[in-house]
Amino acid sequence: MTTLTLSRALNEGLRKALENNPKALIMGEDVGKLGGVFRVTDGLQKDFGEDRVIDTPLAESGIIGTAIGLALRGYRPICEIQFDGFVFPAFDQIVSQLAKMRYRSRGSVRLPVVIRIPFGGGIGAVEHHSESPESLFAHTPGLRVVSCGGAADGFTMIQQAAESDDPVIFFEPKRRYWDRADVDVDGGLASALPMDSARVLVPGTDVTVLCYGPMVRTCTEAAVAASSDGRSIEVIDLRSLAPLDTETIFASVRKTSRCVVVHEAVVTGGLGAEIAARVSQQCFYSLEAPVLRVGAPSTPYPPSRLEEYYLPDLDRVLDAVDASFGY
Amino acid sequence: MAVKDAGRAARSASRTPAREPARQADSPELIQLLTPEGERVEHPDYPLEISAQEVKALYRDLVIVRQIDFEAIALQRQGELGIWASLLGQEAAQVGSGRALGPRDMAFPTYREHGVAWCRGLDPIKLLELFRGVSHGGWDPTEHNFHLYTIVIGSQALHATGYAMGIQRDGAVGEDGEAVIAYFGDGATSQGDVNEAFIWASVNNAPVVFFCQNNQWAISEPLERQTRTPLYLRAKGFGFPGVRVDGNDVLACLAVTRKALQSAREGQGPTLIEAFTYRMGAHTTTDDPTRYRLSAELEAWKLKDPIERVKQYLIRTEQAEMSFFDEIDAEAAQVGRRVRAACQQMPDPEPLSMFDNVLTSETRQLAIERADFAAYLDSFVTAGDSGVAPRADTAGDSGVAPRADTAEAGR
Repeated sequence: MTTLTLSRALNEGLRKALENNPKALIMGEDVGKLGGVFRVTDGLQKDFGEDRVIDTPLAESGIIGTAIGLALRGYRPICEIQFDGFVFPAFDQIVSQLAKMRYRSRGSVRLPVVIRIPFGGGIGAVEHHSESPESLFAHTPGLRVVSCGGAADGFTMIQQAAESDDPVIFFEPKRRYWDRADVDVDGGLASALPMDSARVLVPGTDVTVLCYGPMVRTCTEAAVAASSDGRSIEVIDLRSLAPLDTETIFASVRKTSRCVVVHEAVVTGGLGAEIAARVSQQCFYSLEAPVLRVGAPSTPYPPSRLEEYYLPDLDRVLDAVDASFGY
Repeated sequence: MAVKDAGRAARSASRTPAREPARQADSPELIQLLTPEGERVEHPDYPLEISAQEVKALYRDLVIVRQIDFEAIALQRQGELGIWASLLGQEAAQVGSGRALGPRDMAFPTYREHGVAWCRGLDPIKLLELFRGVSHGGWDPTEHNFHLYTIVIGSQALHATGYAMGIQRDGAVGEDGEAVIAYFGDGATSQGDVNEAFIWASVNNAPVVFFCQNNQWAISEPLERQTRTPLYLRAKGFGFPGVRVDGNDVLACLAVTRKALQSAREGQGPTLIEAFTYRMGAHTTTDDPTRYRLSAELEAWKLKDPIERVKQYLIRTEQAEMSFFDEIDAEAAQVGRRVRAACQQMPDPEPLSMFDNVLTSETRQLAIERADFAAYLDSFVTAGDSGVAPRADTAGDSGVAPRADTAEAGR
């Protein structure tokens, strides 16, 4: 085991991906010499060359559009979109081309393209640098959408994404880039949890709290706080947002009878809505309370001096847990 | 009074800017090897050695693709196709460029490249499947090195450029190299993706040829709505050569595209070819061009027909007997009949096939939705006699079909 930051773990995972497959490429803005604005690709261009770690022109649609072309030629591009709010110039290429081309070809083509997106708030950034657009992608058939909560998953999941023959939108919780955790950098992927499986992070008996990305740490801390009140929270890191690991979710809710979904994204039309609908339908007779959601209000991301009010935190998670017990 | 009028004129001028004569077809820069009258002319930069046999083969292509187009329009009118995008008038641009491609070169078409598809060896029936609504294309792009039709305007220019970057990484640039051709129209030159493709191709020196069929109209919008400068000149600003070719001259299109492809293969980077042509028909069968353009324009372009000039050339130079033209007409009619029959006999896809090929492996969720939907469809068969509809209150998990018995794992 090695203790690594999430940023470093992703870097090691990307290095493995480049080592393991000569067709793997990294492309994006400032990913080469600079090593990415969050240093996730630090040192990779030096070791793998400019043909495999490509500093692209500054245009997101161009990054994804050319990645599609490279994939059609047999390459496996791993693209970086520098910030969540900058993915929209590429949205058309992702939704209309990347997600649909295999379907259009009746299975003739494969699009093994990974799109890494640092997402979420909490870093005091200016507008467009703190967003959580994941449900827009989870709503789009033809994409796999995942998010890692910490360094250990970051290391394995980025490699699994690189090995996937399907397009993967890979959301990285940017405010957790500097969080450290133990990572088994010599462990292969064989023993790793499959990319589309959720992980029961903290076992519990009283309420199921579902989360992903930056909220994994928040919810884990909430579980610790709740346990001192004598309340047992089961924290599940969803990891895969499309498809959802509903088996794990349903099994937990049938056990606890209560469910709270937590994400930074706007509640309206968010992943929590989808999960609430499915849990209500499949766990109806087990539920003691409606599925509750914790997330952002239906506003654009506010100026950063307000983000501590906007973002779900430990107190809001515990409030929702309390509310669940109020039924 | 005079002052007032001058002011009005100035305001009017600011609303309707003076227009660059971007549509001028007889400009000296237009590369032409065969005049509309069928006279062979030389161009110093594009010498073309071509045998009678090769010209006759091009003529055959032109006539057959026009016939396929004709049949498809008729099939749409008869309700056999949902829509058709006609290539009428653009046969030379497509056949000339399509025949310039080597077998290992890769083409990225729009939805109007039926002539290129023909040159690449794709069965026209595949095109009709798309326009009938039986598939979204569905052919294997690697089979004929002809990518799927792309409907969103300009997206494929980036795919072509990325593919060309792959060729570079494969080391397949050089004398025996490979190249890519990206097709798009005049309207697409306004799209960000096309401009981004120019930038990517330029800074990477990618082996890609941008083949713009300027057919003067983007549905109802004339070229003046897209550009103040001739399109081929735009290439200069991106740092690679641009040429304007007579898009109704199959020989010029062949020669110009060949040279651009060879330059790309040898590592000289991209070229923009503006094939100056005209969309003789409607944008698609749903369109009514009489609402926005004058028939005089159409009449003027009829005199520049891409097929007639080849025929006149072959007759004038005595390279073909009249019987040759009859044979080609008969063959084209035969192809047309085959296309028509195949279209009329084309079955609808199985309903459950809509679940196929979303991802390389089916997710559990989609498998459930598929099973629910299958059960829903079956319920019509079993409940048909009594007329009992499936009950909504037994809805399955998927939300796709109201059935409970196949719904996700028991409670």
